[in-house]
Amino acid sequence: MASLDDLKKRIASVKSTQKITKAMKMVAAAKLRRAQESAEKGRPYSDKMNNVILNLSNGISDKENAPKLLSGTGQEKTHLCVVMTSDRGLCGGFNSNIIKKAKSYFAKILDEDKELKIITVGSKGNDQLKRVYGDKIIENISFKESKNANYFDADKVGKMVIEKFEAGEFDVCTIFYNQFKNVITQIPQAQQIIPLNNEGEENSLEESYEFEPDEDEILSNLLPKNISTQIFKAMLENSASEQGSRMSAMDNATRNAGEMVDKLTIEYNRSRQAAITKELIEIISGAESL
Amino acid sequence: MSEEFKVEIVNPEKSFLVKDDVSEVVVPAFEGEMGILKDHISIISFLKPGIIKILSKSGDENYYVEDGIVEFKNNNLSILTSTIFNLADMDKSKQQDLLKQAEKEANKTDINDQSKYLADQKVEVLKTLN
Repeated sequence: MASLDDLKKRIASVKSTQKITKAMKMVAAAKLRRAQESAEKGRPYSDKMNNVILNLSNGISDKENAPKLLSGTGQEKTHLCVVMTSDRGLCGGFNSNIIKKAKSYFAKILDEDKELKIITVGSKGNDQLKRVYGDKIIENISFKESKNANYFDADKVGKMVIEKFEAGEFDVCTIFYNQFKNVITQIPQAQQIIPLNNEGEENSLEESYEFEPDEDEILSNLLPKNISTQIFKAMLENSASEQGSRMSAMDNATRNAGEMVDKLTIEYNRSRQAAITKELIEIISGAESL
Repeated sequence: MSEEFKVEIVNPEKSFLVKDDVSEVVVPAFEGEMGILKDHISIISFLKPGIIKILSKSGDENYYVEDGIVEFKNNNLSILTSTIFNLADMDKSKQQDLLKQAEKEANKTDINDQSKYLADQKVEVLKTLN
């Protein structure tokens, strides 16, 4: 059994850990509110963008000559996966969930003998993936310096993806991120952005638009922007999810630390009592023998 | 019948502006300036660098944009843009900054014709502001 001194030290250390987790929870809660707000504010833009593209791609007359970003290269040999994770740890299963989702997708692709290329956004994802898929990672981006997710960063990633697409480096692009549902639930998502996948969303075009200039030109101008927008949306969702996940993880940690302190205190008191009793017995039996 | 319609400007971070008493909007569409009044036909177009003029009962407003998409449908005008500034809030130094940036872009030699054209447009518009 641990000595009284050891127990005391352990109680103190658990208590200070609890202080840290508690503080982190508070910080995450404050950041969460901001992240959630900006995620909600960002939604109209990406929704509108999606709508316009949907209308456009439905209205396009010549499907054969549609921009490649929309219709694809006609083959599915090389897959590019953009895995978006956080730069910081201590956020529960946030990163592992994305990685798990991504890994099962990777396995499927490799099973089908297709080529796989990975871009990681955020250092935690890179850390977890480089052990197994190190040779597949072609780029690693991290926005440690930016405080909040901003469009400028997303645009950088988007431009890079498009550049690689135009250079013919891949055929299909999928992004992985966590969709924010609420504080305790985040859903890892795999979203295909190239070629644009809007099947199942067939909306009946109730009226036709006038286009100026023509559809093709607008589409080819719009699609690259849409890539950046989708990535930005993923970044916003991700940052809200990260804070939410961290908050609930830290909440659990604080509670567990509290339980541990209680248990240790009981143990401490018991062994203190035991020591006193032992001493008393020794004194009494000593007196009796006289 | 009133001659007003609704305009909504969104940028990636937030909904930038919503107004529902607008009588006319002039947008710098890619093939020239375009004035939009109520009951305009549904249209989708994209923007080049220029000034958006919003005329409404509660006063006129001017915004500088660098790019974007406009969609007009059912008397709802949506403008999606990544770079937008209210001219009223924009001071001289900010203008100069933007102008310098645009000039630098326009003087690059390794860009394609379209980006060159857009950069030149930016310079031109910003110069007229000063």
